[in-house]
Amino acid sequence: MNDTAPTPVPSPAATETLSGGAGAVSTALRTPTPTTAKRLRPRGGAWLATLPLLIFFAIGFGLPAIAIAIGAFTTSDDSPGGGGTFTLSNITDSVQGAYWTALLGSIKLAALTALIGTIVGLPLAQAIATSRFRLVREFVRSGSGVLANFGGVPLAFMFVATLGNAGEVTQKLDLTKHGWSLYSFTGLSVVYLYFLIPLMILTITPALEGLRVQWREAAANNGATTLQYWRHVGLPILLPSLLGGYILLFGSAFAAYATAAAMVGASVPLISLQISNALSGNVLVGQGNLALALGLDMIVIAVLVMAIYLPLQRRSAKWLA
Amino acid sequence: MTTHRARTAAFAAVLTAAALSLSACGSAGTASTAGASGGAKDAKTATSAADFGGMDALVAAAKKEGTLNAITLPRDWANYGAIMDAFTAKYGIKIQDENPDGSSQDEINAITSRKDQDRAPDVVDLGSAFALSAASQGLLAPYKVTGFDQIPDSMKDATGLSYNDYGGYMSIGCDAKKVAVCPKNFSDLLNPAYKGMVALNGDPTKAGAAFGAVYAAALANGGSLDNIQPGIDFFGKLKKAGNFNPVEVTPATIQKGETPISVDWSYLNAGYTDKFASQGIQWQVSIPSDGSYAQYYNQAINKWAPHPAAARLWEEYLYSADGQNGFLKGYATPALFDAMKTAGTLDPTAVSKLPTVTKPFTTFPTQAQTDAAKKVVTQNWAAAIAG
Repeated sequence: MNDTAPTPVPSPAATETLSGGAGAVSTALRTPTPTTAKRLRPRGGAWLATLPLLIFFAIGFGLPAIAIAIGAFTTSDDSPGGGGTFTLSNITDSVQGAYWTALLGSIKLAALTALIGTIVGLPLAQAIATSRFRLVREFVRSGSGVLANFGGVPLAFMFVATLGNAGEVTQKLDLTKHGWSLYSFTGLSVVYLYFLIPLMILTITPALEGLRVQWREAAANNGATTLQYWRHVGLPILLPSLLGGYILLFGSAFAAYATAAAMVGASVPLISLQISNALSGNVLVGQGNLALALGLDMIVIAVLVMAIYLPLQRRSAKWLA
Repeated sequence: MTTHRARTAAFAAVLTAAALSLSACGSAGTASTAGASGGAKDAKTATSAADFGGMDALVAAAKKEGTLNAITLPRDWANYGAIMDAFTAKYGIKIQDENPDGSSQDEINAITSRKDQDRAPDVVDLGSAFALSAASQGLLAPYKVTGFDQIPDSMKDATGLSYNDYGGYMSIGCDAKKVAVCPKNFSDLLNPAYKGMVALNGDPTKAGAAFGAVYAAALANGGSLDNIQPGIDFFGKLKKAGNFNPVEVTPATIQKGETPISVDWSYLNAGYTDKFASQGIQWQVSIPSDGSYAQYYNQAINKWAPHPAAARLWEEYLYSADGQNGFLKGYATPALFDAMKTAGTLDPTAVSKLPTVTKPFTTFPTQAQTDAAKKVVTQNWAAAIAG
């Protein structure tokens, strides 16, 4: 496909939204297909097109976020002292003791697995993107699509059955004697990578396919080695997409819940598990709004990560303009 | 994830309701609406069968409603599957059991979020803390079953808002095929032979059964109903010894052999014995004498029950000899155990099959004691078990 019609530079969606009109024009020029040509319209009413998205965003994200924020600062309806009065105790409790440990645990797990996922996923995706066999590319892409969405209890049980204490592989290879335990931080990381790496492949492949062969040839003509090509051309161009992929993986791992719940319980402290314990359990009563405070903490973390990501992404996007 | 599941369940419930109303259109549909508007006012406020004008009238009113919305009743938990089937067979009232694997909090959420809706749960089966909390929030309808006076005072709310239905002891289940010598007491669990084997029914800050296990372990290790910390320390020690297995016990993990030793309610563990006997798993159950701990669940009616008569009939059924023996056949101790023993209505074979209790547990923790214990578990469990 990229032999015939040159695709715009990686991460087309991100580039377009960030560079606005100019980006749209350049994209249209580079891909002279009828659909994109229609986008050349007066800028005046363009914002109208985003209105449905904005409305959806306000209802789907804004309202719940406000509800969470309000709930986090009030007492639960079923708390002993009655509900609805202003309190700071939910927020202060949520950043102390076991909850703080769980928040740090989640960040650690998400940051690490996302990093490994990015580092492992990139060369894999490159190998697949440059593969001459179209069938392999299609197969891996659809396979990745399936695996990236394969989470929750089925995934946990699959690993329990193969690599758990009584798992088939564990017993055949006597892995327990070699110090292997699925029910640890390492074990959980391995399970997360099972869906994070395919997710990375899925995210980064379009960007890799956007790397034009001509750039590589130009670099080679000027005497650059493969390493130099990647160092000075390939990776800088890929950086926004790589960062985006990392953020996506981070978010995916940070919010994952069911797999960990079924597999490790409290032995790997995670914020998502704590929220579930506070929100829907058989033991704790009146903790609903503490769960909202924990949710607010997660939102803050996500916003912080985005706050770091966006300027970086914009900076590297400049090279592409 | 949980809200997602709840939403899926709700969605499924709506679909079912829609399908039902479609298939039962015409005469049946109009009849049920007429019944609801006619008898509902009385049914919603009735506090005993006498308010209906006797059992027969209650049965008739419930039959008119035709459906009972139950929630979070797992079929393999205290024989609920058979009990629900028997109820339907006896009265011809369909039971819609929503979200069978949910928790007490899910039940409360369903009551509060679906007030005055047809798909709200009619009856709930709650952990004690939730029953108290729901009663104080005014979510429950008072109702006294026929045998109400026979339920011991310590096991019921005097006004009939909620009362104990069935209970059991904390027990140790063990796969005798995988484990050479099955542990009998908490002290046995530290044996190095049980590496990676000892599992709980979830996280004690979420699952009532796991919380009970920690309480029992506390009693076994010098703790008391006022001091649950020794129980947490015990599981910390178990973790350090490499014996603790964090996988949540389910029938599937037992079948796979991933949780060969499980500390869980006696009625669940004993139920697994039956369930897996045909599959060659010799599941043995013992009730530890060093950490003897028991707990009851509670039965209550939603104040805004969409099927108020069916809800009350369900309570009557659960506290009839049939219903109580149903729990008993699921290895749970029913609330009317003593009264039925005196009356001679207990099912003798079911009684003989109950796991042996060498040290009876007599004093239940007070609400204050439980609350304090939960706080300690919430703060210290993760730290003791992490790594």
